[in-house]
Amino acid sequence: MYEIIRQLEEQRAKARAGGGKKRVDAQHSRGKLTARERIDLLLDPDSFEEWDMFVEHRSTDFGMDAKTVPGDGVVTGYGTVNGRLVFVFSQDFTVFGGSVSETHSEKICKIMDQAMKVGAPVIGLNDSGGARIQEGVSSLAGYAEIFQRNVMASGVVPQISMVMGPCAGGAVYSPATTDFTFMVKNTSYMFVTGPEVVKTVTHEEVTQEQLGGATTHSTKSGVADLAFDTDVEALQQLRRFIDFLPGSNRERPPTRPTEDSAERREPSLDTLIPDNPNTPYDVRELIEKLVDEEDFFELQPDYAKNIMIGFGRMEGSTVGIVANQPMVLAGCLDIDASVKAARFIRFCDCFNIPIILLVDVPGFLPGTTQEYGGLIRHGAKLLYAFAEATVPKITLITRKAYGGAYIVMGSKHLRGDVNFAWPSAEIAVMGSKGAVEIIFREDIGDEEKIAAREQEYQAQFANPFRVGARGYIDDVIMPNNTRARICKSLRMLRGKKQELPWKKHGNIPL
Amino acid sequence: MFDSILIANRGEIACRIIRTARSMGIKTIAVYSEADRDALHVDMASDAMLIGPPPALQSYLNVDAIMLAIEEMGAQAVHPGYGFLSENASFAERLADEGVTFIGPPPEAIRTLGDKITSKRLAQQAGVPTVPGSADPVSQPDEAARIADEIGYPVMLKASAGGGGKGMRAVTGADELQESLRACMSEAQASFGDGRVFIEKLIVAPRHIEIQVLADSHGNVIYLGERECSIQRRHQKVIEEAPSPFLDVETRRRMGEAAVALAKAANYVSAGTVEFIVDADRNFYFLEMNTRLQVEHPVTEEVTGLDLVEQMIRIAAGEKLSIRQEDVTLNGWAMEARLYAEDPTRGFLPSIGRLARYREPVTGAFGTSKTIRIDSGANEGDHITRHYDPMIAKLIAVGDTRDQAVQQMQSALDEFYVRGVGNNLGFVAAIIAHPEFRAGNLTTDFIAKYFGARFDPTQGTEAVSSTFAAVAGAIHWRLQKRNTEIAAWTMDGQPVPRTGVTLAKDWVAIVNGQPHRLSLGETNGTVEISVDGRNRQVVSNWSPTSYLFKGTVDGEGVCIQVDRVATGYRLSQGGVFADIQVVSPRAAELIASMPERELGLSGKEVKSPMPGLIVSIGVEVGQQVEAGDPLGVIEAMKMENQLLAERSGKIAKILCAAGDSVEVDQVILEFE
Repeated sequence: MYEIIRQLEEQRAKARAGGGKKRVDAQHSRGKLTARERIDLLLDPDSFEEWDMFVEHRSTDFGMDAKTVPGDGVVTGYGTVNGRLVFVFSQDFTVFGGSVSETHSEKICKIMDQAMKVGAPVIGLNDSGGARIQEGVSSLAGYAEIFQRNVMASGVVPQISMVMGPCAGGAVYSPATTDFTFMVKNTSYMFVTGPEVVKTVTHEEVTQEQLGGATTHSTKSGVADLAFDTDVEALQQLRRFIDFLPGSNRERPPTRPTEDSAERREPSLDTLIPDNPNTPYDVRELIEKLVDEEDFFELQPDYAKNIMIGFGRMEGSTVGIVANQPMVLAGCLDIDASVKAARFIRFCDCFNIPIILLVDVPGFLPGTTQEYGGLIRHGAKLLYAFAEATVPKITLITRKAYGGAYIVMGSKHLRGDVNFAWPSAEIAVMGSKGAVEIIFREDIGDEEKIAAREQEYQAQFANPFRVGARGYIDDVIMPNNTRARICKSLRMLRGKKQELPWKKHGNIPL
Repeated sequence: MFDSILIANRGEIACRIIRTARSMGIKTIAVYSEADRDALHVDMASDAMLIGPPPALQSYLNVDAIMLAIEEMGAQAVHPGYGFLSENASFAERLADEGVTFIGPPPEAIRTLGDKITSKRLAQQAGVPTVPGSADPVSQPDEAARIADEIGYPVMLKASAGGGGKGMRAVTGADELQESLRACMSEAQASFGDGRVFIEKLIVAPRHIEIQVLADSHGNVIYLGERECSIQRRHQKVIEEAPSPFLDVETRRRMGEAAVALAKAANYVSAGTVEFIVDADRNFYFLEMNTRLQVEHPVTEEVTGLDLVEQMIRIAAGEKLSIRQEDVTLNGWAMEARLYAEDPTRGFLPSIGRLARYREPVTGAFGTSKTIRIDSGANEGDHITRHYDPMIAKLIAVGDTRDQAVQQMQSALDEFYVRGVGNNLGFVAAIIAHPEFRAGNLTTDFIAKYFGARFDPTQGTEAVSSTFAAVAGAIHWRLQKRNTEIAAWTMDGQPVPRTGVTLAKDWVAIVNGQPHRLSLGETNGTVEISVDGRNRQVVSNWSPTSYLFKGTVDGEGVCIQVDRVATGYRLSQGGVFADIQVVSPRAAELIASMPERELGLSGKEVKSPMPGLIVSIGVEVGQQVEAGDPLGVIEAMKMENQLLAERSGKIAKILCAAGDSVEVDQVILEFE
């Protein structure tokens, strides 16, 4: 008995040592924490329950049978974040470069299965050189098992990937199928084919960082939702992020007590909208003055900046916010913005998080780049996502809501539950200038007439009364009182139940 | 008395005048530009009229438009405030022609006193001392040497055609004179096309002290004591006070009488200010007379108990002064700080934008508060535009003694919460905390001497870092505790079971990069904190909705501004701010073990963020810019978008010009 306990301790010590001091030092010198250090920072102190510490690979080829490390390059288990259950796997780059073997993948799959059963988020801390080449197709099969579970868990429990090292080749498709991908600047990268292959095939010279670094993916590709400066910051922010999320699709959004009054008025919002309809304003100010304690967790802040997405709380309870940003491209919808918002709305709908849309949209972005890129198909995603969503949906039109973009951005017609407008709202098929040039084509050239027509059109549509008369908006509200009105609506919608017609699944225009 | 007054101004001074006029039962008429539709002065006035587009030349300086407003609104008198048309003699004349009263001095007085040479001559005639120097411009070296010897070194050479500090050169002794004269003359020739220079005595350690006078139209003139305005930055006053910590009763009387003599000589009527430069031996010399209400008039009001705007209105209405010189008494101490929209951390560049948060310290109603008065022209949400003066408000603190006034000012500054627009509140707090300021050792080069061209609010963090760490600890404890109350709910509203969390006691506060060991705990609702092994008593009812942490640390009152930034806290008080992370000892240890990360500079190229049209490029090749500085404006979708620098550096190349249309990601300019 004693002997076994002694051996057990020895095994544990071996597992905890990972790839040994030299490799751990190398990891540190790159500015990276080890797999266990990361878990320490992510979870509440002493909450981590580790599973499968003794798992070793079964490969015998290429002398692998002589090289085994208990744990096999990934630390898995569960613990809590501010007392709430999460499952976590953390790849250990110091052991076989964090490469994925058959057993490595089995460990990950085991906690994913368990997470789905009990209804808790799965957090992956990715730091892996890729497939364990010595194992050949067994390793690939292992990947496939993980991907399959990513897909099955999608919409059941939130899945978050924190890429904290390399993630290349087929491996990228695990983060890609999870709900959120975060990265750390300068130490993580993701690409399907690396710079070497790129150079051979296309003769492009490109560094890892340029090709698939955190900055690239958080500004250019939209693959990463956020990029952090360091491991420590990344893990702290991840804790903050998890506080917003329900454990599974069987839960309502979590609540955090607040003293911020639902009745808080913000008189300065009455002057947020500039007099000149062509002058931009920063919708972030509206978001911050709307949510509890100005606490807004923005996602993809540097990608498709013409739309803002993120989580806030209203009366303590999580809401998802989607807002056109007039500061960028006048808040137009383009391909990237449509996809960004659509995916976020679908996440909220999966996990019962009410959606608040803040609308100031002059239309879809014109141009060949957009049309050739498939704006029709991508714009349709946003429409589809919003129309399909059954969570409480509240829309506030602050200024422009023109044309197709009016419909897409949470209109009443797409089952918006509560649709508000500020007095500055203008809801029309298009801006008055364009409209007049079409309706009164015969008057083009007569500047005086055109100006008069424009004024006439403006008077008709540059106010919320027309749509109010048709019931397409439920009320015109004062900007200063917006928070109170939205809180009240959310309370009213707490019991909302809406079903979709039976289907295997819809066919979103991918 | 008038039935109605039109205020030909905007901002805080328009509001200030409206308040007094209203209390006198006079109807007030505001004028405003298109940029000021929602401005406070428009709200406050009984009536208001739009007079033009935002640029001042087309609105607040547009005499025709203002005359039209006067006629339309039937105003009987016009108060011009300060700036704009306040010292415009032709405007005053035009009003007189139309039979409208100008609440200010007669046009002749404005003219005579507005001219450097005639005002100096008049002062000399009235027996008011002026800075000794050459009466006429000098161009001969011999003549220069003679004059310099006469007035005594050090002397100042001033280009005859120069102004605003340009073309000036100090000479400390006779041996330097010839060389300096040659240099100054050739510079003046090159810059102004006129090589002649004046020679003046150089006043060492100069103070700027001015005398407020009141003159009625019946020949009565009195002085209301002085204001010390030595704290200036580039001739722009920042802090003023009354009385001056430097003057004695005798000097005050002599300066006051000199000011009265000048006002009489100029046939002055209304409120006016005679500015003097005062040397270390309390010799005073006339600088100029300002023929208007001064920005800093409130400090005089607070120590004399007089409402200067009311006095101006009564004088303009032809009333006799109701007070004689012997009735004027100075009680207590008043100090004013000007809140400017400028960024002291970035070389005092003007800031524009929206006052996203604007929370004034608590005050009494105008004139009723014994300690804090705010003359403001702004509301939360107002836009600070580039069209007008960057002053947002004036903070006036009053006490029985100078120390009391300073203390009042300090606590008011700590409470004054302004976000969205860069401002100088922290800078002012740092000035008044300076030991030389506290000692009353003020000179006009105070800011240049002690602060230089840029203000670093992270300086002085060491002295407060333990207190900041304790406060951050208290905040962190409160937030951590709340985090353990985050609850999850099943679809039918039942609580999802959660694991109890014991709050950790040990933490590390990293204050501007420096770690402090924290131990946090709570007994009976009182948070117990020790910082680096030393117990600190922190008492506060701070809640996550408060932007101020008010309470005590070890029994001493604190009022610290709190901004929650991602996972950390930014605390600021007294002109010092610190970014603080409170982390577990494990995290602190890991942070310390990590190599310093070189945070890569963002690329050298500045690319167009969108397809659009370049409206303007605001920088030149070779120019040094700081992160956040505007580089130019791009128009897209009919909207003008500011292009801001994402890094600091020197501009190497500019590849686009105004009028060019650009594609997304097209390179607009390059850094070195």
